[in-house]
Amino acid sequence: MDNTNRMTLEFESRSQNESFARTVVAAFAATLDPTIEELADIKTAVSEAVTNCIIHGYPDKIGTIIIRGFISGNELTVEVEDYGVGIEDVNKAMEPLYTTRPDLERSGMGFSFMEAFMDELEVESFVGEGTLVRMRKRIGKQAIKGYTQQTG
Amino acid sequence: MQSGKRYNKPDVRAGKEGTTYEICNRCLIIRLNDELDHHNAINIREKADKLIERNYIKHVIFDFSGTDFMDSAGIGVIMGRYKKIVFIGGKIAVANVGSAIDRIIRLSGLYKIIEKYDTVESALQNLK
Repeated sequence: MDNTNRMTLEFESRSQNESFARTVVAAFAATLDPTIEELADIKTAVSEAVTNCIIHGYPDKIGTIIIRGFISGNELTVEVEDYGVGIEDVNKAMEPLYTTRPDLERSGMGFSFMEAFMDELEVESFVGEGTLVRMRKRIGKQAIKGYTQQTG
Repeated sequence: MQSGKRYNKPDVRAGKEGTTYEICNRCLIIRLNDELDHHNAINIREKADKLIERNYIKHVIFDFSGTDFMDSAGIGVIMGRYKKIVFIGGKIAVANVGSAIDRIIRLSGLYKIIEKYDTVESALQNLK
Protein backbone atom coordinates (compact mmCIF):
# COMPACT_ATOMS: atom_id res chain seq x y z
CA MET A 1 0.00 0.00 0.00
CA ASP A 2 1.27 3.46 -0.88
CA ASN A 3 1.25 5.51 2.30
CA THR A 4 2.71 8.69 0.80
CA ASN A 5 1.14 11.65 2.56
CA ARG A 6 1.59 15.38 3.10
CA MET A 7 0.25 18.03 5.46
CA THR A 8 0.72 21.71 6.25
CA LEU A 9 -0.10 23.41 9.53
CA GLU A 10 0.02 27.14 10.11
CA PHE A 11 -0.37 28.79 13.51
CA GLU A 12 0.64 31.82 15.55
CA SER A 13 3.78 31.83 17.68
CA ARG A 14 1.93 31.57 20.99
CA SER A 15 3.36 29.24 23.60
CA GLN A 16 0.07 27.39 24.11
CA ASN A 17 0.47 26.14 20.52
CA GLU A 18 3.57 24.09 21.42
CA SER A 19 1.44 21.27 22.75
CA PHE A 20 -0.96 21.59 19.80
CA ALA A 21 1.86 21.41 17.24
CA ARG A 22 3.60 18.32 18.63
CA THR A 23 0.27 16.52 19.05
CA VAL A 24 -0.68 17.20 15.42
CA VAL A 25 2.65 15.92 14.10
CA ALA A 26 2.42 12.83 16.32
CA ALA A 27 -1.07 12.12 14.99
CA PHE A 28 0.17 12.63 11.41
CA ALA A 29 3.03 10.18 12.03
CA ALA A 30 0.67 7.58 13.48
CA THR A 31 0.05 6.00 10.04
CA LEU A 32 3.69 4.84 10.09
CA ASP A 33 2.82 2.68 13.10
CA PRO A 34 5.59 4.07 15.32
CA THR A 35 6.47 2.67 18.73
CA ILE A 36 5.66 4.69 21.85
CA GLU A 37 9.33 5.56 22.04
CA GLU A 38 9.47 6.80 18.45
CA LEU A 39 6.37 8.92 19.01
CA ALA A 40 7.94 10.45 22.13
CA ASP A 41 11.07 11.25 20.08
CA ILE A 42 9.03 13.01 17.39
CA LYS A 43 7.00 14.99 19.92
CA THR A 44 10.12 16.17 21.73
CA ALA A 45 11.91 17.19 18.52
CA VAL A 46 8.88 19.12 17.22
CA SER A 47 8.41 20.77 20.60
CA GLU A 48 12.03 21.97 20.57
CA ALA A 49 11.79 23.37 17.04
CA VAL A 50 8.50 25.16 17.68
CA THR A 51 9.69 26.58 21.00
CA ASN A 52 12.78 27.95 19.23
CA CYS A 53 10.53 29.79 16.73
CA ILE A 54 8.43 31.26 19.52
CA ILE A 55 11.29 32.36 21.78
CA HIS A 56 14.11 33.15 19.37
CA GLY A 57 12.46 33.57 15.95
CA TYR A 58 9.86 36.04 17.18
CA PRO A 59 11.37 37.43 20.41
CA ASP A 60 8.98 40.36 20.77
CA LYS A 61 6.03 39.79 18.50
CA ILE A 62 3.55 37.15 17.47
CA GLY A 63 4.42 35.72 14.06
CA THR A 64 3.47 32.79 11.89
CA ILE A 65 4.92 29.31 12.21
CA ILE A 66 4.47 26.74 9.47
CA ILE A 67 4.91 23.01 9.89
CA ARG A 68 5.03 20.74 6.86
CA GLY A 69 4.89 17.00 7.22
CA PHE A 70 5.73 14.42 4.59
CA ILE A 71 5.53 10.66 4.72
CA SER A 72 7.23 8.51 2.14
CA GLY A 73 7.85 4.82 2.67
CA ASN A 74 8.91 4.43 6.29
CA GLU A 75 10.32 7.95 6.50
CA LEU A 76 8.78 10.97 8.17
CA THR A 77 10.01 14.45 7.23
CA VAL A 78 9.00 17.44 9.33
CA GLU A 79 9.78 21.04 8.41
CA VAL A 80 9.31 23.81 10.95
CA GLU A 81 9.60 27.30 9.48
CA ASP A 82 9.36 30.84 10.80
CA TYR A 83 9.81 34.24 9.18
CA GLY A 84 11.50 35.75 12.22
CA VAL A 85 14.92 37.18 13.00
CA GLY A 86 17.01 34.26 11.72
CA ILE A 87 20.20 32.82 13.18
CA GLU A 88 23.53 34.55 12.58
CA ASP A 89 25.75 31.55 13.23
CA VAL A 90 23.90 28.25 12.85
CA ASN A 91 26.87 26.11 13.91
CA LYS A 92 27.23 28.10 17.10
CA ALA A 93 23.48 27.84 17.80
CA MET A 94 23.65 24.08 17.43
CA GLU A 95 26.42 23.62 19.99
CA PRO A 96 25.18 21.79 23.07
CA LEU A 97 24.51 24.10 26.03
CA TYR A 98 24.85 27.23 23.88
CA THR A 99 21.97 29.61 24.52
CA THR A 100 21.33 33.28 23.89
CA ARG A 101 18.58 33.38 26.51
CA PRO A 102 19.89 32.11 29.86
CA ASP A 103 17.51 34.64 31.44
CA LEU A 104 14.63 32.45 30.31
CA GLU A 105 16.34 29.36 31.75
CA ARG A 106 16.87 27.97 28.28
CA SER A 107 19.14 25.00 28.71
CA GLY A 108 20.78 25.15 25.28
CA MET A 109 19.75 21.57 24.62
CA GLY A 110 17.09 22.19 21.95
CA PHE A 111 19.11 21.39 18.82
CA SER A 112 20.94 18.58 20.66
CA PHE A 113 17.61 16.91 21.40
CA MET A 114 16.44 17.33 17.80
CA GLU A 115 19.67 15.72 16.63
CA ALA A 116 19.46 12.92 19.17
CA PHE A 117 15.83 12.04 18.59
CA MET A 118 15.64 12.32 14.79
CA ASP A 119 17.85 10.67 12.16
CA GLU A 120 18.68 13.81 10.16
CA LEU A 121 18.62 17.50 10.97
CA GLU A 122 19.15 20.42 8.58
CA VAL A 123 18.92 24.08 9.48
CA GLU A 124 18.63 26.85 6.90
CA SER A 125 18.59 30.37 8.23
CA PHE A 126 18.95 33.90 6.91
CA VAL A 127 19.20 36.88 9.24
CA GLY A 128 16.07 38.99 8.99
CA GLU A 129 14.27 36.43 6.85
CA GLY A 130 13.69 33.43 9.05
CA THR A 131 14.68 29.87 9.82
CA LEU A 132 13.75 26.49 8.43
CA VAL A 133 14.45 23.33 10.41
CA ARG A 134 14.10 20.07 8.48
CA MET A 135 14.10 16.79 10.38
CA ARG A 136 13.83 13.23 9.12
CA LYS A 137 13.13 10.04 10.99
CA ARG A 138 12.81 6.50 9.74
CA ILE A 139 10.16 4.60 11.62
CA GLY A 140 10.42 0.92 12.46
CA LYS A 141 14.19 0.56 12.56
CA GLN A 142 14.01 -1.67 15.60
CA ALA A 143 13.98 -5.40 14.90
CA ILE A 144 11.05 -6.08 17.18
CA LYS A 145 8.06 -3.79 16.82
CA GLY A 146 6.52 -2.64 20.04
CA TYR A 147 9.77 -3.00 21.92
CA THR A 148 9.69 0.07 24.11
CA GLN A 149 12.39 -0.78 26.61
CA GLN A 150 14.75 2.16 26.86
CA THR A 151 18.19 1.59 25.46
CA GLY A 152 19.43 5.16 25.65
CA MET B 1 -25.75 2.15 27.05
CA GLN B 2 -27.89 -0.86 27.82
CA SER B 3 -29.71 0.40 30.88
CA GLY B 4 -30.17 3.87 29.51
CA LYS B 5 -28.56 5.20 32.67
CA ARG B 6 -25.64 7.54 32.25
CA TYR B 7 -22.56 6.85 34.23
CA ASN B 8 -19.86 9.48 34.19
CA LYS B 9 -16.45 8.13 34.95
CA PRO B 10 -14.35 10.42 37.13
CA ASP B 11 -12.03 12.45 34.94
CA VAL B 12 -8.50 11.55 35.93
CA ARG B 13 -6.68 12.56 32.76
CA ALA B 14 -3.22 14.01 33.25
CA GLY B 15 -3.15 17.79 33.08
CA LYS B 16 -6.76 18.12 34.17
CA GLU B 17 -6.12 19.61 37.57
CA GLY B 18 -2.83 21.38 36.82
CA THR B 19 0.43 21.17 38.70
CA THR B 20 0.13 21.11 42.50
CA TYR B 21 2.61 22.05 45.21
CA GLU B 22 3.04 20.62 48.67
CA ILE B 23 5.47 21.48 51.43
CA CYS B 24 6.70 18.86 53.86
CA ASN B 25 9.58 19.67 56.31
CA ARG B 26 11.44 22.21 54.13
CA CYS B 27 10.87 19.97 51.10
CA LEU B 28 8.85 21.35 48.23
CA ILE B 29 7.04 18.62 46.32
CA ILE B 30 6.03 19.69 42.82
CA ARG B 31 3.46 17.29 41.39
CA LEU B 32 3.57 17.87 37.66
CA ASN B 33 0.23 17.30 36.06
CA ASP B 34 1.06 19.30 32.95
CA GLU B 35 3.37 18.44 30.09
CA LEU B 36 6.62 20.14 31.06
CA ASP B 37 7.21 22.33 27.99
CA HIS B 38 8.16 26.01 27.66
CA HIS B 39 4.52 27.12 27.95
CA ASN B 40 3.91 25.44 31.31
CA ALA B 41 7.49 26.02 32.52
CA ILE B 42 6.85 29.75 32.86
CA ASN B 43 4.10 29.28 35.46
CA ILE B 44 5.79 26.42 37.30
CA ARG B 45 9.02 28.39 37.64
CA GLU B 46 7.25 31.43 39.06
CA LYS B 47 5.12 29.50 41.51
CA ALA B 48 7.97 27.28 42.68
CA ASP B 49 10.34 30.20 43.27
CA LYS B 50 7.78 32.06 45.36
CA LEU B 51 7.26 28.98 47.53
CA ILE B 52 11.00 28.32 47.82
CA GLU B 53 11.72 31.86 48.99
CA ARG B 54 8.83 32.20 51.42
CA ASN B 55 9.09 28.81 53.12
CA TYR B 56 12.85 28.37 53.59
CA ILE B 57 12.76 25.39 51.25
CA LYS B 58 15.89 23.26 51.19
CA HIS B 59 15.04 20.33 48.90
CA VAL B 60 12.80 20.15 45.85
CA ILE B 61 11.13 16.94 44.65
CA PHE B 62 9.63 16.76 41.17
CA ASP B 63 6.90 14.12 41.00
CA PHE B 64 6.36 13.02 37.40
CA SER B 65 3.52 10.56 38.07
CA GLY B 66 0.99 12.84 36.37
CA THR B 67 2.85 13.52 33.13
CA ASP B 68 4.82 11.69 30.47
CA PHE B 69 6.18 14.57 28.42
CA MET B 70 9.08 16.92 29.01
CA ASP B 71 11.43 18.77 26.66
CA SER B 72 14.50 20.95 27.13
CA ALA B 73 12.38 23.56 28.91
CA GLY B 74 11.97 21.01 31.70
CA ILE B 75 15.75 20.70 31.94
CA GLY B 76 15.82 24.47 32.38
CA VAL B 77 13.23 24.31 35.16
CA ILE B 78 15.16 21.64 37.08
CA MET B 79 18.52 23.41 36.58
CA GLY B 80 17.07 26.74 37.66
CA ARG B 81 15.70 25.33 40.93
CA TYR B 82 18.99 23.52 41.52
CA LYS B 83 20.87 26.81 41.31
CA LYS B 84 18.48 28.32 43.84
CA ILE B 85 18.90 25.70 46.55
CA VAL B 86 22.38 24.27 46.02
CA PHE B 87 24.17 27.00 47.98
CA ILE B 88 22.25 26.15 51.17
CA GLY B 89 23.06 22.47 50.75
CA GLY B 90 19.74 21.57 49.19
CA LYS B 91 19.13 18.77 46.74
CA ILE B 92 16.85 18.11 43.80
CA ALA B 93 15.09 14.77 43.47
CA VAL B 94 12.82 13.34 40.80
CA ALA B 95 10.27 10.59 41.42
CA ASN B 96 7.95 8.41 39.34
CA VAL B 97 9.94 9.13 36.18
CA GLY B 98 8.51 7.48 33.05
CA SER B 99 10.76 6.06 30.34
CA ALA B 100 10.47 9.01 27.92
CA ILE B 101 11.29 11.59 30.58
CA ASP B 102 14.03 9.40 32.02
CA ARG B 103 15.70 9.40 28.60
CA ILE B 104 15.59 13.21 28.37
CA ILE B 105 17.09 13.63 31.83
CA ARG B 106 19.77 11.05 31.10
CA LEU B 107 20.70 12.64 27.76
CA SER B 108 21.03 16.06 29.36
CA GLY B 109 23.41 14.73 32.01
CA LEU B 110 21.22 16.03 34.83
CA TYR B 111 21.50 12.81 36.82
CA LYS B 112 24.98 13.97 37.81
CA ILE B 113 23.44 16.63 40.02
CA ILE B 114 19.99 15.30 40.90
CA GLU B 115 18.75 12.11 42.53
CA LYS B 116 16.15 9.71 41.22
CA TYR B 117 13.71 7.82 43.47
CA ASP B 118 10.87 5.42 42.71
CA THR B 119 8.40 7.27 44.90
CA VAL B 120 8.00 10.65 46.58
CA GLU B 121 7.97 8.89 49.96
CA SER B 122 11.39 7.35 49.47
CA ALA B 123 12.72 10.70 48.26
CA LEU B 124 11.39 12.36 51.41
CA GLN B 125 13.01 9.73 53.60
CA ASN B 126 16.38 10.17 51.98
CA LEU B 127 16.42 13.96 51.85
CA LYS B 128 17.06 15.26 55.31
